[in-house]
Amino acid sequence: MVLLTLALVVPLATAILTFLARRTPGLQRGLSVAGAAALLAVSLVLGAEVVAGGPIAATMGGWPAPFGITLVADLLSAAMVVITGVIALAVAVYGLGEIDPAEERIGHHTLLHALLLGVTGAFLTGDLFNLYVWFEVMLIASFGLLALGGRPDQLDGAIKYVALNLVSTLAFLAGVGLLYGATGTLNMADLHGAVPDLDNATVVFTTAALLLFAFSVKSALFPVFFWLPASYHTPSVTTSAVFAALLTKVGVYALIRVFTLIYDAGMPLIQELLLVAAGLTMLTGVLGAAAQNDIRRILSFHIISQIGYMVLGLALYTPLAIVGAIFYIIHHIVVKANLFLVGGVVKKLTGSEDLARIGGLWAAAPWLGVLFLIPALSLAGIPPLSGFWAKLVVIKASLEAEHYVLAATALVVGLLTVYSMSKIWLEAFWKPHPEPARAAGRGLDRGESWALLAPIVGLAAITVLIGLVAAPFYAVSTTAADQLLDPSAYVTAVLGARP
Amino acid sequence: MNSIILTAATRVITPLMVAFSLFILLRGHNEPGGGFIGGLVATTAFALYAKALGVRATRAALRVEPAAIAVAGLGLAALAGLWGLLAGGAFLEGMWPLLTTTPSGDKAGLPLGSVLLFDVGVYLVVVGSVLAILFALEEDVAASSPEEAD
Repeated sequence: MVLLTLALVVPLATAILTFLARRTPGLQRGLSVAGAAALLAVSLVLGAEVVAGGPIAATMGGWPAPFGITLVADLLSAAMVVITGVIALAVAVYGLGEIDPAEERIGHHTLLHALLLGVTGAFLTGDLFNLYVWFEVMLIASFGLLALGGRPDQLDGAIKYVALNLVSTLAFLAGVGLLYGATGTLNMADLHGAVPDLDNATVVFTTAALLLFAFSVKSALFPVFFWLPASYHTPSVTTSAVFAALLTKVGVYALIRVFTLIYDAGMPLIQELLLVAAGLTMLTGVLGAAAQNDIRRILSFHIISQIGYMVLGLALYTPLAIVGAIFYIIHHIVVKANLFLVGGVVKKLTGSEDLARIGGLWAAAPWLGVLFLIPALSLAGIPPLSGFWAKLVVIKASLEAEHYVLAATALVVGLLTVYSMSKIWLEAFWKPHPEPARAAGRGLDRGESWALLAPIVGLAAITVLIGLVAAPFYAVSTTAADQLLDPSAYVTAVLGARP
Repeated sequence: MNSIILTAATRVITPLMVAFSLFILLRGHNEPGGGFIGGLVATTAFALYAKALGVRATRAALRVEPAAIAVAGLGLAALAGLWGLLAGGAFLEGMWPLLTTTPSGDKAGLPLGSVLLFDVGVYLVVVGSVLAILFALEEDVAASSPEEAD
């Protein structure tokens, strides 16, 4: 399938071309936006193809699976790639109004598209070792993006980020090595058949635990989330937004993929670990956010708490819960990226992200207040926005599975999220500016306001759309969950029909 | 570094090492060797040059910025992949335009094609990225100890 390859070739080519055009900023920006738009277009066609005809696969170099490298898209992968395309276009446009020209010159656009390449690669690969490679591509690109500004606090965040992520990739590699030794294959569809046949329970559990640890670090689960609040508030807002939207979600995607296709999340001990981790992740994230006073720090801690809901969906391991997890990821990526983008505009208008030093935005820019409220209320789960349905499904699933404590935790965390969002609202928008001289704020010039506001309005529209017309999104999540729980179509697409 | 022996020897050794690295690159087609290891040998040659004659002289000798070499290599590798996709149907599929099959079923002709193009890409990526890191480190050291700057 050419489409699957194109989804990787487009960001790769864009990364190369934006580097070659580094001396002509205008051309570089145009290429970056065009590349992101092309990625969105390819992903939409891919999504339509998979919705219409089920999972599709392609092999690299013409070597058939399970010997060659396989790319495969079932509905979950395709949906994730589509949402990556949406975020790519949003941040590429937003970057035009926000990124410092010096950072553009030394490679912001190139690294951004390299990161998108890693993300799409991780979503589309059908091979466990390749997943590791794509994780490394993402890690290198994101390290570059974090360190690009060269400020001491940025380097501090970048080093913490890389050190903790290297530990996780080491565990990942160890798990992959053991699994290869035990089964002789790393093709995920092949492993689906091979792992249940292993009679050595120790190997199965050890590899599962190593992969669980690796992906938990990537998705910032309790208690291995420290890298996230240490680094997400330091780079440019564009970079923060793309990190917040995609990086941890690749970890959650890997958890869902590996613990439905290769192992099942219902296996003893793994399920208990996931359940406990999900509950504590929700709580620590939201409590951490309550203690912060800086917009991006608050939002970073909220990523952690929201990851808890998604992993809760996987950990419950009922069909409804997995539907909830997938719906939650789709909703969360859009909302979270948007909140960071709004935070960037707040910073532009008032000159700071520290809630104590800003204010008066409701008087100066009421439109921004509305644009903030849409994703903020959605994050907290207020109907009829997208977050309401996402939370509803996950909580309903945990009630059905009789995990009442976790359901109660999810509800309380939702309430505390409202508290954090209203804190940003009261401090940044409602209270008067502490320095009355700056109350009016600086305005945005015309080009800037287009670049900054168009992505925010677009993402807010998607949030409202998911909220008001939830049925098609729910139907896609249901089909994706069915394909995860019964991966026979996935396996057939990769390995061909077997007797 | 001011050593006349090292400087004089480097002027001879560097071209030899680069030639050897190209040999390893081509040899890797069917035997041990290839773009990665060939690229590392070439990098060693330039690293030696930089040690003996300074980073500025090495940059001048290379003519092209190391990062640009790496990205050009990435571009070549991507082109090799696209060639396979467009002509053969699978990304990175091996393409042999100069190879023909004789009536008896053997292959005849020159085995040049997309695989070598890919390997050249790898070679350039290795040379470019390792040199970019090395030069950045060397220049940092030179900047922090003035008496060693050339």
